[in-house]
Amino acid sequence: MKLRTARRISQVFFFALFTFFVVVTDLRYLQGYPVSLFLELDPLVAFATAITTHTIYKGLLWSLVLIIPTVLFGRIFCNWICPYGILHHFIGWLFGKGRAPEQERIEANRYRSIYQIKYIILIAMVAAAVFGSLQIGLLDPICLFYRSMSTAILPAINLAIPGSVYVRQYFHEGAWAIGFLLFVLVGMNVFIPRFFCRVLCPLGAFLGALAPAALWRIERNPTKCVDCDLCLKNCEGASDPHTQLRKSECFVCFNCIEDCPEDALSFQFMPPLQHEVTLPAVPARRAFLGLLLGGAFFGFGRSSGASDRNYSKKVIRPPGSVEEKEFLDRCIKCDQCIRVCPTNVLQPAIFAAGIEGIWTPILNMKVGYCELNCTLCGQVCPTGAIQKISIEEKNGMGAFAEQGPVRIGTAFYDHGRCLPWSMETPCVVCEEVCPVSPKAIYSREVTITKRDGNPVTLRQPYVDPALCIGCGICERECPVTDEAAIRVTAIGETRSLDRRLLLDGGAA
Amino acid sequence: MPGRKIAFAGTGNLGNNWGVLVNNHTPSETAGKISRREFFFRAGAAGALIAGSGLGGLALWQRRHFVPGFQEKSGLHLPSFALAPEALLPQMAIAHGDGHEKVIRAAIGALGGMGRFISKGDIVVIKPNIAFDRPPALAATTHPDALRALARLVLEAGAAKVLIADNPINSPAGCYLKSGLLAVADELQLDLLYPESGSFSPIQMDGEILKNWSFFEAPFQRATKVIGLAPCKDHNLCHASMTMKNWYGLLGGRRNQFHQHIHSIVSDFALMMKPTLVVLDGMNVLMKNGPTGGRLSDVKKMGTVVAGTDMVAVDSYGYTNLLERNLDELTYIHKANARGLGNMNWKESRYKEVQA
Repeated sequence: MKLRTARRISQVFFFALFTFFVVVTDLRYLQGYPVSLFLELDPLVAFATAITTHTIYKGLLWSLVLIIPTVLFGRIFCNWICPYGILHHFIGWLFGKGRAPEQERIEANRYRSIYQIKYIILIAMVAAAVFGSLQIGLLDPICLFYRSMSTAILPAINLAIPGSVYVRQYFHEGAWAIGFLLFVLVGMNVFIPRFFCRVLCPLGAFLGALAPAALWRIERNPTKCVDCDLCLKNCEGASDPHTQLRKSECFVCFNCIEDCPEDALSFQFMPPLQHEVTLPAVPARRAFLGLLLGGAFFGFGRSSGASDRNYSKKVIRPPGSVEEKEFLDRCIKCDQCIRVCPTNVLQPAIFAAGIEGIWTPILNMKVGYCELNCTLCGQVCPTGAIQKISIEEKNGMGAFAEQGPVRIGTAFYDHGRCLPWSMETPCVVCEEVCPVSPKAIYSREVTITKRDGNPVTLRQPYVDPALCIGCGICERECPVTDEAAIRVTAIGETRSLDRRLLLDGGAA
Repeated sequence: MPGRKIAFAGTGNLGNNWGVLVNNHTPSETAGKISRREFFFRAGAAGALIAGSGLGGLALWQRRHFVPGFQEKSGLHLPSFALAPEALLPQMAIAHGDGHEKVIRAAIGALGGMGRFISKGDIVVIKPNIAFDRPPALAATTHPDALRALARLVLEAGAAKVLIADNPINSPAGCYLKSGLLAVADELQLDLLYPESGSFSPIQMDGEILKNWSFFEAPFQRATKVIGLAPCKDHNLCHASMTMKNWYGLLGGRRNQFHQHIHSIVSDFALMMKPTLVVLDGMNVLMKNGPTGGRLSDVKKMGTVVAGTDMVAVDSYGYTNLLERNLDELTYIHKANARGLGNMNWKESRYKEVQA
């Protein structure tokens, strides 16, 4: 079998596998499939969270598996496994230079100095991580692709074919921005093949930094080479196989070997390093600029106060989430939790959680509510930003009765908008749907004299803060749907001592 | 790039961009006159374009305005699934005992057996109440053992197909799964329908409050019989959720407005749905903290199943004998009774009480 054929089979397989995992990340289909596998295999996720948390959470240890082929062959992940890279490869072939004249393709695949930008991005992200702000998820290809699928692509598919993905249509705040970003990044293939992979990808940069250690690499035999440059025609990485190979840029796609009419290129075990450019070409001052950028991002982002005293009432984190600053240490914005959430309550934050928290999950009770008997977000979170808590731990049952339930916020009435409180109209849907027992929402029957002089008996609702867990189903089901008469805000969450409401923790 | 430039040069002057309409040019034609044939062709194309856009515009022209939100509403009329009145057999059966299977069989047996209600080839909708994402033990949802027992009886009576449908308040996938009904549907090969947006159409109800409302219509398109299978539950606002309140789960739209006239609306359900049979599962009754429950201590073992053709009678029994409360406070039962939608004095009806 030709190497190119083998590579294509691998590409189809891994792309299909990724898509399959995205699709089955749904309560109806989850049956213990390792849906987080690609995120767990991603060594940049493990490396960066190890910097921020000094630990490697659960399945992230799988990323060590990916180190092996990288150290043996180089960035083989980029062109054989990475689903986002495969998407770029395919789109580039379909809409890009795939059918352009030979000379144009050769020119498009020469190395350009802008390809060093990814290393500067990686340095900036690692620098921010050292301070405690995990930002790799903005551009890590697995996180970015998963987020795009979860918040933009699947809902769009379901709009086109109702019922194909969701029982009820899902909505995500700012999905248009995530969707268009994907469109723009993928669309750049028309102008520069593999634009994202060559210019922006921090995971590619990370693997490119490991690739110099690779044992096997492309070797050019200069006595056979006639300098026709045909090896560049399909070169995915723009790694200059026609002259001195840039090992850190090479995607190990093997196109150059198959395109060489003279058999001058081959895949060799430990060829002499003098024939190539081994290390990533990043001038030291620019690397330093990357460091400054990362440090400044942390400094400016953190001093905005969104994770501290000036926190937003809208930053209601999923149950099992760690304390906010630690959350920013761990969340990679992959939005897998948003995909698996059965009520659509989880939304990608825009600026509510500060610039550091862009696209991290927050609950929007206008859209959904937190299901009492559900911990799926924590089950799929690959980094432990949402810990893998059990139903018993979440609801303070059995052995956990003494510590009580995990609270994510507290519900408050807005009497001016509440039908029984200010509009002489019976309601208390909120009390009906309150899922805890005894109910955190209770009502008192009152008989009031209406404006027309007739008496009406109705129930006026109250919240018992010692019982409210902040699930938000009251807000979700309130008939005042534009801005509910009962709303959950973040205060009272058990994950943070600074944000609790009742001194005794509200133990019932 | 050179390749592209050559391609553009080859297309020549602008006139040639009409290559579709214009056939073989000779140099003399492009210099001056066009052929008669070409004149008619091009004039005809221009005329057709003008006439076509004019006709299209007229066809799509909205001549009159309307007031948004106040358009005339129309909806389907749901047929009655009730059987013709029986002169001899009981209208209601009360069975006591242990185990859903045994007690439900005894209750249906006391009514004359499932053969009275289901004929060979029937397509039967069973409407459970799985409004909330709760495990069965909390008695907030239809128990899977109740569904299994009832569905078996229906299948044994020769039904061709059994459909299960509900539009829960919590997320449907979670409710179907965690109530245990999904597993029963798999086991007995029942068709479980999710409330997808395309499954709803408006129905005409002309009730006291509900006139026209979005209805989970998909399961009823081919149904010949309908059975309601409801748990017996406390309810914070309307006191109890039993077989009449169970039909709430067939409606869509803004259901959270119902609470403003809850008793009228629950009695409207008795007008909306004329089922073949209703079954009230009082084996374990949610006595307080309803309709959601949440603790085993909210549940009381009552070991009773009530089945009947009159949901008003069945619910009256449930309220007085299972929830053990005073029927005077259950306004919707009185409303339904007064509207002639059933008989709340269950003792007056032909009923049979059996021990399983």
